[in-house]
Amino acid sequence: MAKLTVRDVHTHFGSVKAVDGVSLDVRDGEFLVLLGASGSGKTTLMRTVAGLEKLTSGEVSIGDRVVNGLPPNDRNIAMVFQSYALYPHKSVYRNISFPLEAVRTSKEKARERVEWAANLFGIGHLLDRKPRMLSGGERQRVALARALVREPNLFLLDEPLSNLDAKLRHQARHELKKLHGRIGITTIYVTHDQVEAMGLGERVAVMNFGKIEQIGKPSDIYREPANTFVARFMGSPAMNLISKDGDILGFHPENLLPVGDFQPDPDSLRLNFHVSGLEDLGADLLLYGSIPGADTTPMGEGTDVIAKLPARLVSSIKVDAEQEFFVRERYVNRFDPATGRRTTAPATA
Amino acid sequence: MVSSAPATGTTAPGRERVRRGFLGGTAFYLTVALFTVFAALPFYVMLITSFKRNSDLFNPEANPFWFAQPPTFDHITLLFTDTLFVRWLLNSFMVGGLVVIITLLLAVPAAYSLGRLAGSWGEVLGIGIFLTYLVPPTLLFLPFAKVIAALDLQNSIWALVVAYPTFTVPFCTWLMMGFFKGIPRDIEEQAMVDGYSRFGAFTRAVLPLAVPGILTIVVFAFTLSTSEFVYALTFVQDSAQKTVSIGVATELVRGDVFKWGPLLAGALIASIPVAVLYTFFIDHFVAGLTAVAGE
Amino acid sequence: MSLAPAKATAAERASARRDALLAVGMIAPAVLFIVLLVGVPFGLAIYYSLHDVTTGGTAVKWVGLSHFVELVGDRNFQQALGNTILFTVGTLVTVLVLGTILAELLMRDFRGKWVVRFLILLPWTAPVALGLIGWLWMYDSVFSPIDWFLRQVGLLGSRDAALGVLPNLYWLGDKVLAKVSIIVVNVWRILPLATVIVLAGLNSVPRDVIEQARVDRAGYFRRLFQVILPMISPILMIAVLFTFIFTVADMIPIFILTRGGPANSTNTLASLAFFTGILGGNLGRGAAIALFLLPVLGGVSAVLLRLIRRSEVT
Repeated sequence: MAKLTVRDVHTHFGSVKAVDGVSLDVRDGEFLVLLGASGSGKTTLMRTVAGLEKLTSGEVSIGDRVVNGLPPNDRNIAMVFQSYALYPHKSVYRNISFPLEAVRTSKEKARERVEWAANLFGIGHLLDRKPRMLSGGERQRVALARALVREPNLFLLDEPLSNLDAKLRHQARHELKKLHGRIGITTIYVTHDQVEAMGLGERVAVMNFGKIEQIGKPSDIYREPANTFVARFMGSPAMNLISKDGDILGFHPENLLPVGDFQPDPDSLRLNFHVSGLEDLGADLLLYGSIPGADTTPMGEGTDVIAKLPARLVSSIKVDAEQEFFVRERYVNRFDPATGRRTTAPATA
Repeated sequence: MVSSAPATGTTAPGRERVRRGFLGGTAFYLTVALFTVFAALPFYVMLITSFKRNSDLFNPEANPFWFAQPPTFDHITLLFTDTLFVRWLLNSFMVGGLVVIITLLLAVPAAYSLGRLAGSWGEVLGIGIFLTYLVPPTLLFLPFAKVIAALDLQNSIWALVVAYPTFTVPFCTWLMMGFFKGIPRDIEEQAMVDGYSRFGAFTRAVLPLAVPGILTIVVFAFTLSTSEFVYALTFVQDSAQKTVSIGVATELVRGDVFKWGPLLAGALIASIPVAVLYTFFIDHFVAGLTAVAGE
Repeated sequence: MSLAPAKATAAERASARRDALLAVGMIAPAVLFIVLLVGVPFGLAIYYSLHDVTTGGTAVKWVGLSHFVELVGDRNFQQALGNTILFTVGTLVTVLVLGTILAELLMRDFRGKWVVRFLILLPWTAPVALGLIGWLWMYDSVFSPIDWFLRQVGLLGSRDAALGVLPNLYWLGDKVLAKVSIIVVNVWRILPLATVIVLAGLNSVPRDVIEQARVDRAGYFRRLFQVILPMISPILMIAVLFTFIFTVADMIPIFILTRGGPANSTNTLASLAFFTGILGGNLGRGAAIALFLLPVLGGVSAVLLRLIRRSEVT
């Protein structure tokens, strides 16, 4: 177990700057999520930390050791790929024991460790099977067992849940969190799914174009995004951004409430909301519309402003009509139109 | 099982293939150079010797890898004017062309039928046809010579035009099957919904999409024909009817006297175009061979 | 229910029949061609081997298995059989090892790779006979460039030279060297093909698995022998299969380089069949010799094909 220090790392492929100046301090035992769309650099950053990509400049240290020139096998890391990368011709037992064989562990010691790892994930009964006879969830657990069987300093996971059925994903996410609680290895987890990121990470780093846009606790990033990119990336649906009176205002759909069913405060932001469409999703109502007097350029011309209301608390919404809505002041984020960066100071935790 | 990535070591776009071997920089280049020299040396020597004066050539002391005396075009001239080389080239070309046509006419419909229409027994029959490619000419050439004689084609290039499809058709049918399988069924079904018969759908919708495959088997049928030796040697004795492989190998040697200059020049000139053509399509060739594992 | 379903089945059946006819019609020419021009000579080969037939005469006399019996005791035949095994196995082993090494080298990117690739492929892509003519010169007993080079570096041609005092090695004239020369030429020709097949295999291994092996601390050789080669074993066997097929029945190198000599010491079953049948005129005997190739070819191919099917890993 060790801390990870990334100092101004650049990883360029010719003219493509996949990682463009990233610095990061991961505490010993921390679970950090790298969140971003494809091409944001999150996977390249992880692979650079792993030693699978050569960095162009900067420094990576695991523990107190600078590992820049070291090949992956010398960094004492463990990695799980999106495809799980199981060795198809080896049994589950041999898959898990492979890293131990590579460092010439004795057969007895190896058996001990393999059985420990297999039992940790509940796959002890599958040791003789070949990967092609396993389900997706079972293969994932073999990959995890193989990763933990030696004692790595750092654990790297590349979208390990994206190949699972949606139903399995919730369960797997919960189990991963429990596992991390038990074992406590410093973990870097790469994903494009912000729901996953919010659920799993102690801290989340949102990446875009090879840079970290914001890093912090999931709730902080959600409530107080550092710039308009992060604001539009997080949340489903994402934060509304409107341009009003020369300012960019941002507020989450669940904070845009109708006057009438809800009581505004004196300093609340009042808005006329013209509702053009309504979706009844059972637990929530989604309202689509526009705000006269404000345009939606910050989130794209012609994009709807969205309000998300708990269905049971709302009595009547008129479609194709204007209604008075409001947003409580503490939920209004302000961004600089020139830079996109937030201008309101973050609330203290 | 085999991916569609190019077989001969090209890299994925945008990524350097970081495969650290155990050979470092200079050792790596040295080993590659060694293999390259091993492969290409005879051709290089042929190239130099084609232009070497006889006095330079037949001097055991002289450097065979470069010129001790100024180069000459004499051998080339002799090859083209004093021997039947041009005739042999034309023969090879004609045989190749005709064999290509016959192969296309036989293999393409057969491949479509086996790949699309015949279902599971199509697979089996397809492999069976491929296996006939593996029957060596050295087994068949003797009785085949009698068959040729019975057809009264002996000693002419027509014997070869008849014989060569026996190996080009099996292999090309197999290759073409693979190509047809790669074309989605939807296209034909769409054509049939639009009013074409099955055969009409084949000619109008499928064939145009199969052009890369057809090009591949054209190249193979041609290169396999020009490289063939055993049948050509057995069936044709008349000098003017020989193909270039046989002509160069048998006619430029009179008893113990080798006309080395023209001989090596002829061998080289006839080799290079075929080699270039084959090189472009070798990935498909290998894909066809390795598909035996996938089926 | 209404009439519609019944009508549909009749139409369906008619269309299925049309399809079947079309299928047969499209296959028939090819199958007919092959059956006639491969099957008939094949049958004839068996027929000849059981009769006394010559190219000149028209007399055909039944001799049963006497050709085969005579051959088994014949010294030249035994020599040819031994050579066939020697050349094939020698070529196979060498080609597999060198081919895997070369394929691994070609996995990397380097400058001038396309030129190197073209040159390395030349022995296979150039017409067989023509490339071999180049080797005829390389092996010449007076003018061999190889010997010239050996003389220049002092390994040949002087009293204390490692390879002897004579100015030339008799690559094609010495009984032992001639066999080596044939194997070298076989390897030279087949290596490109085997390399390209192995390369296709190496390229088919998912990058993830190799990187996983690196992360799992496996060094180069462990990755190669424990992960990569086992995963591509079907393709390796295809390389073996085709190397075997293109070598075991190949008479061209022997025809061009040694004509079976010196003193019949480099004949294989294929070349002996050719010389006996065509140059010697004894069709029956020639056919019998060639037929010995069949069980070998068929047997090994069948075994390899079955192994290939069975060893699919994904």
